[in-house]
Amino acid sequence: MSIKKAAAAALVAALGVTTLAACGADDVREAAGKSGAPAPKTVTLVSHDSFNASKEVLAEFTKQTGFTVKVLKSGDAGEAVNKEILTKGSPQGDVFFGVDNTLLSRALDNGIFVPYAAKGLDRVPAAYQLDKEHRVTPIDSGDICVNYDKKYFADKKLAPPVTFDDLAKPAYKDLLVVENPERSSPGLGFLLGTAAKYGDEGWQDYWTKLKANGVKTVDSWELAYNQEFSGSAGGRKAKGDRPLVVSYASSPPVEVLYGEPQPKVAPTGVSTGTCFRQTEFAGLLDGAKNPQGGKALIDFLISKKFQEDMPLQMFVNPVAKDAALPELFTEHGVVVEKPETMAPEKIAEKRDPWIQQWSSLVLK
Amino acid sequence: MVVPVAFFALFFAWPVVSIVERGLRVDGVWQFGRFGETLSRPEILDVLWFTLWQALASTGLTLLIALPGAYVFARFEFRGKGLLRAVVTVPFVMPTVMVGTAFLALVGRGGLLDELWGVRLDTTVWAILIAHVFFNYAVVVRTVGGLWAQLDPRQEEAARVLGASRWRAWRTVTLPALAPSVAAAALMVFLFTASSFAVVQILGGSTYSTLETEIYRQTVVRFDLTTAAVLTMVQFAAVGVVLAVHARTVRRRETALRMVAPEETARRPRGIGQWALFAGVLLSVAVLIVLPLGVLVERSFATSRGYGLDYYRALQTPDPSGTFLVPLLDTIGNSLRYAVVATLIALVIGGLAAAALTRRAGRLVRGFDALLMLPLGVSAVTVGFGFLITLDEPPFDLRASWILVPLAQALVGVPFVVRTMLPVLRAVDERLREAAAVLGASPWRAWREVDLPLVRRALLIAAGFAFAVSLGEFGATVFIARPDSPTLPVAVARLLGRPGELNYGQAMALSTILMVVCAVSLLLLERLRTERTSGEF
Repeated sequence: MSIKKAAAAALVAALGVTTLAACGADDVREAAGKSGAPAPKTVTLVSHDSFNASKEVLAEFTKQTGFTVKVLKSGDAGEAVNKEILTKGSPQGDVFFGVDNTLLSRALDNGIFVPYAAKGLDRVPAAYQLDKEHRVTPIDSGDICVNYDKKYFADKKLAPPVTFDDLAKPAYKDLLVVENPERSSPGLGFLLGTAAKYGDEGWQDYWTKLKANGVKTVDSWELAYNQEFSGSAGGRKAKGDRPLVVSYASSPPVEVLYGEPQPKVAPTGVSTGTCFRQTEFAGLLDGAKNPQGGKALIDFLISKKFQEDMPLQMFVNPVAKDAALPELFTEHGVVVEKPETMAPEKIAEKRDPWIQQWSSLVLK
Repeated sequence: MVVPVAFFALFFAWPVVSIVERGLRVDGVWQFGRFGETLSRPEILDVLWFTLWQALASTGLTLLIALPGAYVFARFEFRGKGLLRAVVTVPFVMPTVMVGTAFLALVGRGGLLDELWGVRLDTTVWAILIAHVFFNYAVVVRTVGGLWAQLDPRQEEAARVLGASRWRAWRTVTLPALAPSVAAAALMVFLFTASSFAVVQILGGSTYSTLETEIYRQTVVRFDLTTAAVLTMVQFAAVGVVLAVHARTVRRRETALRMVAPEETARRPRGIGQWALFAGVLLSVAVLIVLPLGVLVERSFATSRGYGLDYYRALQTPDPSGTFLVPLLDTIGNSLRYAVVATLIALVIGGLAAAALTRRAGRLVRGFDALLMLPLGVSAVTVGFGFLITLDEPPFDLRASWILVPLAQALVGVPFVVRTMLPVLRAVDERLREAAAVLGASPWRAWREVDLPLVRRALLIAAGFAFAVSLGEFGATVFIARPDSPTLPVAVARLLGRPGELNYGQAMALSTILMVVCAVSLLLLERLRTERTSGEF
C-alpha cells in the first residue's frame, strides 16, 4: 500500500468513527437488532486480575449450555468496578464478577446491574445475600486476617497473637506490618475489621495504640507479604523482619501448595480473632449483548462444579452449602468462627472519611 | 502527515478528551469552579511541587550520569559494547514490581548498603531518584548516542588544530551539534519521571505522591472523576509548557551537520583521561544497572535447598492449581508477538511523522511535533479509561481486541521514534534532497535514497527502544491479555500476587528470562544494523 493510500484509509477510518459517534449508540444498536443478528455463542465475563477457573470447568459450562466463556480481566478490583460504571449501558461484557462488599454500594448505586435471581440460590446462606433485589449474586467469601510466622514464635517461645487486642500488647511490639487501606484491599479490610470491632469512635484509639506498638505500613500486599513478612518465601530471601502481616486466612494452605518441596505443615498460621470477611458477587450487566448466556453463566458460577473449583483457583471459600472444600483447605486451613463484617452501605458512607482519618493518624 | 495525525487523534486525543469531559461536565453542567477549589488544597499543591522537583532532579541526575555513558558508547570501541548497550536497555522491560524488589534488596533494610555502611535509603527520595536513573539511563544513551556516533570528529579536531582548547572545541563544535538530541533526551526523561507511577508507589512508601499517583488515586480509589480531570488538565498544561520551552531551545540550534558512519568514529580509549572515563562509566553501569538486575538473577537460583534450577524447571510444567493453563514458558512467545506488532506500528507512524516534520516548517507542524510527545507525559490511567468510553462502537470496539495492546504500546514508542530520527533527519543537508529532485527523483524516492540510508541507524535504535517498551509494558496489557495467553510481565505480576515459595521463585526466574530475551532481541537488532548498513555512508 502506498503512503497516500494508507493515509486515505486512515482518514476514512477516523471520519467513520466520528460519524458513528455522532449518530449515537442507540441508532447503531437498533440497526443491528433489526438486521436479525443470530444470538451470540460466546458469553463475556468481565472480572478483576485475580479471576481464575480451570479449563475443564469452563469446558463443562460450554457442554451444558452451548456458550463459550470469554474472560476479560479489567485491572484490580476497584479499577474493574469503576470501568464498569464508566461504560454503563455499553458494557465490555455480559457478566461482571468480583465486586466485593467494600465496593458493592458504589456498583449498585450506579445501576450497572439488572436483577436476576439465579437458579440454585437457595443453596446459598441468606447471610451472604446482601442485595434483596438480586442485582448481584454472592459467589465466594474470604477472610482478611493477620498471618504469623510459626518459626519466629516457636524460636522466641512466645504464643502468637490471636485477637485484635493482642496486637497492641507490648509482647508484640514492632512485629506487625499492614497495608495502606487506601491503596490495597487487604489493608482496607483490616481497617474495616478494626472499625467493626471497636466501633466508629473506638477504632482511632486502637490504631493510636498500634502505632505506639510499632506497626509498619507499606503500600501493597506484595510488598508486605514478599518483602517485610519473615514467614513467606520471598520475605525470607529479602530478610524480612516482621513476623506478623495482614493477609488472608487462605494464605497458609497456599504456602503449602506452592512449597518447594511441599512442607508437611504450613510455615504460617492465622490469628483467627483479627479477621474481616469479604464476600464477592457477580451480576448481569445492564446492556449485555448476550443476557441469556449471562444468566446461564451466573447460574453456573454458584453450581457445585464451579464452587468446588474456586478454592484452589482463587484461594477463596465457596458460598454454596453443598460445595466441599478441597483437602488442602481442610487440612492446612483454619475455620474463622466469628469474622468481623460491615454493611456495604455503611462502608460506602464511611470509607473515604475513615481512610483520611487513618492517614493523618498513622502516616503522619 | 495524515496517518500520524489520524492515529494520534483516534487513539490518544479522543479518548483523553472524552474522559476529561466526563469528569468536568456532571449532568450537563461544566464544573470549572472545581479548578480553583482543587488547586487551592494544600495537599494537592504538595503533590504538584513534589512531582515537579523530583522530575527535575531525576532528569538532572540521569543526564549527569548517563551523558558520559552516551559518549563512551558513541566514541569508544570495546569488546562487548553491543551486549552492554543491550543490558542498559533491559531496565526498560523490567516489571516495576520486580525492580522495586531489587532496589529494596540494595538500599533497604538488610540490603547491601545497610550491611556495608548502615545506610538505608528506602522510603527516602533518594531511592526514587536512583531508580529513575536506572530506568532512564538507556534513553540518554540511545537518543544522544545515536547522533553522537555519527558526528564527524574531524570538525572538532579541526577546531583543535586552529588553536582551541579541548573544552572550547567541544563546547563550540560538538555541543551545539548535540544540543537537539540532549534536549530531546532530557525532555523524555523529564516526561517519564514526571509521570512515574510504580517507582514512586513502591519506593516512596506511603510518604510521597506525584500527580500521576494522585490521578490514579482519584480515578480508581475514590472514583472522583472531576478531581482527576482537573489534575489531568494541570498535567496537560505542565507538559505543554515543558514542550514549548523545549521547542524554543531546539529550533535555534538545528543546523545541517556532517555525518559519518559510526564505525569510523569509534576507537579504543587512549590515554589516562579516556581510560578513567571509560572505567568510571563501566563502574556506574555496574553499580546502578547490573547490580540490581543481578540480585533478581541470584534469587531466581536460590532455592530452599541451595542454588539450583528448580524454579526454571517448574516453568515448563503446568501450575499445580492449573491457573495458567499453559506452561509459563509460553508467555515469552506472547510477549514477543505483541512487541513485534507494536514496534511495527510505532515505526510506521513515527517514521511518517518524522518525515513530515522534516519537510515542513510552520507553526502548525511544530505544534504537532510537540503533541506527539504528550502521551509520555499524560497519565496511563487517563488514557486507559478513555479507551473504554470511546472505542466502544464498531468498527472500533477494540476493548476486547488484542490489537489494543500494541496500539497503546505504540503510543509510547512513537515519540521515541520521532525524537531519535528528527535530529538526524534535520541534520541532513537540504541540498542533497534538492539535488535528487533536480535529477528527477520523486519525493518518495528522494526520501528513500537520501534520508533513509542516513537515518537507518537511528531508526533501528528507535525500533529497539519501541520493542523494549512493549516487551515490558504492563498497564495496558494487563487489562486486555486473555487468561490463556498472558504476557511475561503479566504472568510475573500474577505470580507475585500469590503466597508460596514456588510462585515467588518462578516470578524471579521469569524475570530473569525476560531480561535475557530483551537483551538477545536488542543484540539481534544491532546485528541487523551492521549487516545491512555497512558501507552505505
